Amino acid sequence: MPPRQREPRRGPGGPGRPGRPTAPPVAARPAALALVTLLSFASRFHRLPEPPHVCWDETHFGKMGSYYINRTFFFDVHPPLGKMLIGLAGYLSGYDGTFPFQKPGDRYEQHNYMGMRGFCAFLGSCLVPFAYLTVLELSKSLPAALLTAFILIFDTGCITLSQYILLDPILMFFLMGAVLSMVKCNSCADRPFSASWWFWLSLTGVNLAGAMGVKFVGLFVVLLVGLNTIYDLWDLLGNLSLSLVMFGKHLLARVLCLIVLPLALYTAMFAVHFAVLNKSGPGDGFFSSAFQSQLIGNNLHNVSIPEHLAYGSVITMKNLRMAGGYLHSHWHLYPEGIGARQQQVTAYLHKDLNNLWIIKKHDSDTADLSDPLSPVEFVRHGDIIRLEHKETSRNLHSHQHEAPLTRKHFQVTGYGINGTGDSNDFWRIEVVGRKTGKLIKVLRSQIRLIHVATGCILGSSGKTLPKWGWEQVEVTCTPYLKETPNSLWNFEDHINPKLPNISLDVLKPSFAEILLESHMVMIRGNSGLKPKDNEVTSKPWHWPINYQGLRFSGVNETDYRVYLLGNPVIWWLNLVTMGLYFLITVCTAVALKRGVQLTYELKELSGVVLRGGGQITLGWLLHYLPFFMMGRVLYFHHYFPAMLFSSMLTGITWDSLLKFCAGFLSPSTTARKVYGGVFLALVLLILYSFYLFHPLSYGMIGPMASDPSSPMAGLRWMDSWEF
Amino acid sequence: MLGFLKEPVVVTAEINVNLVALTVMGLITRLWGLCYPRAVVFDEVYYGQFVSLYMKRIFFVDDSGPPFGHMLLALGGYLGGFDGNFLWNRIGAEYTMNVPVWSLRLLPALAGALCVPLAYQILVELHFSHCAALGAALLILLENSLITQSRFMLLESILIFFILLAVLSYLKFYNLQRHRSFSGRWWFWLMLTGVACSCAVGVKYMGLFTYMLLLAIAGLHFWHMIGDQTLSNVSLLCHFLARGLALLLIPVVMYLSFFYVHLALLYCSGPHDQIMTSAFQASLEGGLARITQGQPLEVAYGSQITLRNVLGKPMQCWLHSHTNTYPIRYENGRGSSHQQQVTCYPFKDVNNWWIVKDPGMQQLVVSNPPRPVRHGHIVQLVHGITTRYLNTHDVAAPLSPHSQEVSCYIDYNISMPAQNLWRVEIVNRESDTDVWKTILSEVRFVHVNTSAVLKLSGASLPEWGYRQLEVVGEKLSKGYHQSMLWNVEEHRYGKSQEQKEREVELHSPTQMDISKNLSFMAKFTELQWKILTLKNEDTEHKYSSSALDWITMDTNIAYWLHPTSGAQIHLLGNVVTWASANAAALVYTCLSLWYLIRRRRRIYDIPEDSWQLWVSAGGVCGGGWVVNYLPFFLMEKTLFLYHYLPALTFQILLIPVVLQHLGDHLCRSVLLKSMFSALIVAWFSSVYFVYCTFSPVTYGQPALSMTELKDLRWKDSWNILIRKQ
Repeated sequence: MPPRQREPRRGPGGPGRPGRPTAPPVAARPAALALVTLLSFASRFHRLPEPPHVCWDETHFGKMGSYYINRTFFFDVHPPLGKMLIGLAGYLSGYDGTFPFQKPGDRYEQHNYMGMRGFCAFLGSCLVPFAYLTVLELSKSLPAALLTAFILIFDTGCITLSQYILLDPILMFFLMGAVLSMVKCNSCADRPFSASWWFWLSLTGVNLAGAMGVKFVGLFVVLLVGLNTIYDLWDLLGNLSLSLVMFGKHLLARVLCLIVLPLALYTAMFAVHFAVLNKSGPGDGFFSSAFQSQLIGNNLHNVSIPEHLAYGSVITMKNLRMAGGYLHSHWHLYPEGIGARQQQVTAYLHKDLNNLWIIKKHDSDTADLSDPLSPVEFVRHGDIIRLEHKETSRNLHSHQHEAPLTRKHFQVTGYGINGTGDSNDFWRIEVVGRKTGKLIKVLRSQIRLIHVATGCILGSSGKTLPKWGWEQVEVTCTPYLKETPNSLWNFEDHINPKLPNISLDVLKPSFAEILLESHMVMIRGNSGLKPKDNEVTSKPWHWPINYQGLRFSGVNETDYRVYLLGNPVIWWLNLVTMGLYFLITVCTAVALKRGVQLTYELKELSGVVLRGGGQITLGWLLHYLPFFMMGRVLYFHHYFPAMLFSSMLTGITWDSLLKFCAGFLSPSTTARKVYGGVFLALVLLILYSFYLFHPLSYGMIGPMASDPSSPMAGLRWMDSWEF
Repeated sequence: MLGFLKEPVVVTAEINVNLVALTVMGLITRLWGLCYPRAVVFDEVYYGQFVSLYMKRIFFVDDSGPPFGHMLLALGGYLGGFDGNFLWNRIGAEYTMNVPVWSLRLLPALAGALCVPLAYQILVELHFSHCAALGAALLILLENSLITQSRFMLLESILIFFILLAVLSYLKFYNLQRHRSFSGRWWFWLMLTGVACSCAVGVKYMGLFTYMLLLAIAGLHFWHMIGDQTLSNVSLLCHFLARGLALLLIPVVMYLSFFYVHLALLYCSGPHDQIMTSAFQASLEGGLARITQGQPLEVAYGSQITLRNVLGKPMQCWLHSHTNTYPIRYENGRGSSHQQQVTCYPFKDVNNWWIVKDPGMQQLVVSNPPRPVRHGHIVQLVHGITTRYLNTHDVAAPLSPHSQEVSCYIDYNISMPAQNLWRVEIVNRESDTDVWKTILSEVRFVHVNTSAVLKLSGASLPEWGYRQLEVVGEKLSKGYHQSMLWNVEEHRYGKSQEQKEREVELHSPTQMDISKNLSFMAKFTELQWKILTLKNEDTEHKYSSSALDWITMDTNIAYWLHPTSGAQIHLLGNVVTWASANAAALVYTCLSLWYLIRRRRRIYDIPEDSWQLWVSAGGVCGGGWVVNYLPFFLMEKTLFLYHYLPALTFQILLIPVVLQHLGDHLCRSVLLKSMFSALIVAWFSSVYFVYCTFSPVTYGQPALSMTELKDLRWKDSWNILIRKQ
């Protein structure tokens, strides 16, 4: 049965309908689009190679791009797509991955960095035509779309953010792409299951996967699309001319394109990520032993170690919690006032010599174990052992002092001199699900260590110690005998010259396990980015008012300085418009609810304001409000996705407002003049402010703006700006 | 004249016997044996200390919530003649004779008892049958966790009481709306809604959730009124204003008045003084006020001052210096200037005194008349005892290598010049010519040569710095963080030209006479801000639980254990009620979704008015459950089972709603109906049975034997205390 077509929503009049103050000819649209695109590319690619050194977070993302080219495994709190694309762009443009990207300010010298910057600038330039098309689709008004485009083209913040090797242009590209295809798909609603409908629907899904794959912030646009889809389906459900079978088809199509397709792409992206990164690198320690055995060059890859644990072996112990660390100790003591002043014991995520421990019998000393002639004795389930730290020769020790952070647990320390301690150094080793007397397998046995004197279990709480503990993870002895991965460990390295090495090739984790594990590690990493006390951080309420920017490059007067700050005129215009839009919406909604009779034009206009503007406002809210609830460190650039929405809203609102006002002027020529005049004034204002503030993104050299002799001195409108 | 005598005097009284009976039963279950145990039970140890402080009029800050709830508890103590003399130090401590246990516990118990008739009325106002209403009230009556929580000096029962009162009065108001707008009763219930909301918020911030829910419902109802064409614009405006007055203005005013009373009651200085700013402390009797009383207000050249850091974290401290110098090399090999240490010291000390000096003049005394220091002036700060100048330079600070070291300058003749000029910037100035005022002004010191800002880094120095707090010059000063602000606390005009005399002067206490007072609003904003931002570090508790555990009641809290016998009190709910409430919520959601989708396809399963009832009951009861429960998943603080009780109350109200709906619409035949009734009776008796079974651990008596206790442990995760023999 062919789908029953609903009446097209709009008549054939289109843009040329009489009575509109401005009715652009149809040919104007491609021309306008071309102009906008050209300007956008010109502004983003202007002085792109400047400055020829590492700026701000390029040090991270450039480095990660290099890791992909070198196929070295690393860990980052964001999903891999953005960095993979950067790596790909670098690879295609001939960058060889040898530049170390150590710290901001390092010169690139002969290394080819333009490919990566150019790629980001390209995606950043696409934002403008995307926003233009979105607004055009929502408001059916060329001036509104042009205003939005001009705002984005001439915003110094958007330019700066698009010019460097960062994740944000990539994220915003997918985000705007998703919004655009969603809007396009909505306007194809009158001919469902047509080719263009399928195209836009699946493109939405692809973009969603892309947005999610760059940063988890992409989740907000997923929410936006999700809410839009639910609304859409609800609408269809109420349409009684549509049979339930048809509705089921609609539902299935959306599930397929907006859930299944993005999930598949998202998973595929991780598959590529793990396939490309097959060499051991700096991120190994964040992952479990099983995962590490997959990486070439890791000591667990094709490992061949003694299989059963024996006394005298040198071992490392890894916590079984996702992203748990190695049991670690070092020469530093716990500071005064925090338990006993003994040597610190922590969990550490990186591989290090200080992670090595020696297993000893609780009652015999070192000498007879190192004797090569003495027979090997295996450790068995239920044995009482002593763990001696190899580097410092102190024993793993616990006692009834409170732990540094988790006050209800006991402190774990390193105690004793040259392996001689006291009875608080004794631990009973137990394997999960095993009976007394059984041997203990390296890597595979899950063990727990029970402190003999107090009965508590060795565990890692997952909390990060303050500076005195080198921001490593706290290790405690927990008196609550709950079975959690926090208190389970496995042995990873195992060195015992007296035992034969056996190849252990059994640890292959499945792809689903890897995927889950890497997500857990990322989430933990994200929530670990907490602001420290006494540190001044950016607050979400700073952002819309453009309160404070970010230094991208250069600190001193002689440096080439770039400062990420929105064009204040544009941002404050956006802010005012937001208030204006709220007023207009409330008035319109109340008027409609009161049953005020509107003319055809006004009805059309109120539809644009309520429906189109509503969608955009929802997008803004979804990309802004959640930041108020986030505990992690926030930065100014987190606002830019929301800023895109607010710019689109500005275009729609001013267009509708002016049309509404012009409607009251009697001869249509005056109306058109007023309408055009105000628009021109707005655009000129934007242009002039860009002329004033363009050095922010294209670089400044010379005295700081706080110095009255600087050319920017007069532009330092807020004390908090530091350029 | 005496015409009225011709008529008989008639009083007609309508008494709803159901309501009276329920109230009496509520009072019995909540008030029975209220004085037992005569020992501190669970969080009484926490709230009790505040009651004592109220009795003694000593100021405190409690970050757990606003003061109204504490004040109500204190009212109980006041009426019982409590003198505040009890050491609230551990759970289980026996109360001494001077503690009026009964009256302290009376108010929460009364509030808990009144929840029973409130539940009844709410269901009636939602237009459900008296039978359903009776069911709701009985379920609340027999809910063990609500009983336990009501019988002690705790805040939840008071909170639930105000929440239910607010909901009930809004419903009454709304039902009067259609026919009797702007009548006396209409106004009464409207106002009561606002008052009850503000009381709920005043007891605990959790009350905000219900307040927001009611605001949303009121907004929705008003939105429907806008669409009503029969109402004129003027009457619509009147409606709007009346609602704004009652639901926004009154709560704000009430909330402020709680703080007003709180601050009026507590006028003595106390244990939490140091959290507050100097200005606030000076407004309390005793403490800082004793010292600062009568200081000169305006800081002048030659003033002797102590400078307190405004942040007060990790502890309050004053800018300090002493004769010891920075070590030439630190442990990690970095070098220092080896000049005199400048730190922030958490105790009062003669070394905290500094003298404000005019760079252009030599004298260290105040001229006559005094020349006040204004915003933007450049000063030098001279350390009183060592007469060295406060200095900073491009040397890395000991613990924060990105910042500059701050020292008192010693001239070693190594071509490292003194850089001791500081610009005074008053941050809370009213005009750019403001004078630097004692206590009131918050000042930034900006170094003239390097534009670094004097800042408390918060780190404590190692042994060589006596573990005092590090002070640095922050070069990249972003914004106005409080760690960069300083205010003058103690102050006097210096008179001694000679160093010897000056030392004597520095050791003597300050005097002179003028008084300063903060306005109520200034005190309120500060106190409110501190309540919201104060963080208690201790996050793990033996009985803490996660929000997910509550719904299935996988956790309990042991409130009290008899020192010798096995008698104990637990916060444990009525298992049957909790399970039925969950089932009701589930059934409600599924049925609503089903109806909604069917209605969307124009299939109407139930008549329109019963659909409206279903929606409004769900909005109030289900909505109440959602808003009081879901936010806990986003919270990072330590959570306990009792946080769930307000949500539970709403969820229980949903049970009779669902049951009546099922009975009315799904049981069509008479046989089905009678079977349904029989089932309900059976279910009710199981509720009663569980109530009786658990009442020993709800009331704490009679004492149970070991085996009986073991039998009560229905879930493995429950922590019933069994004494080892």
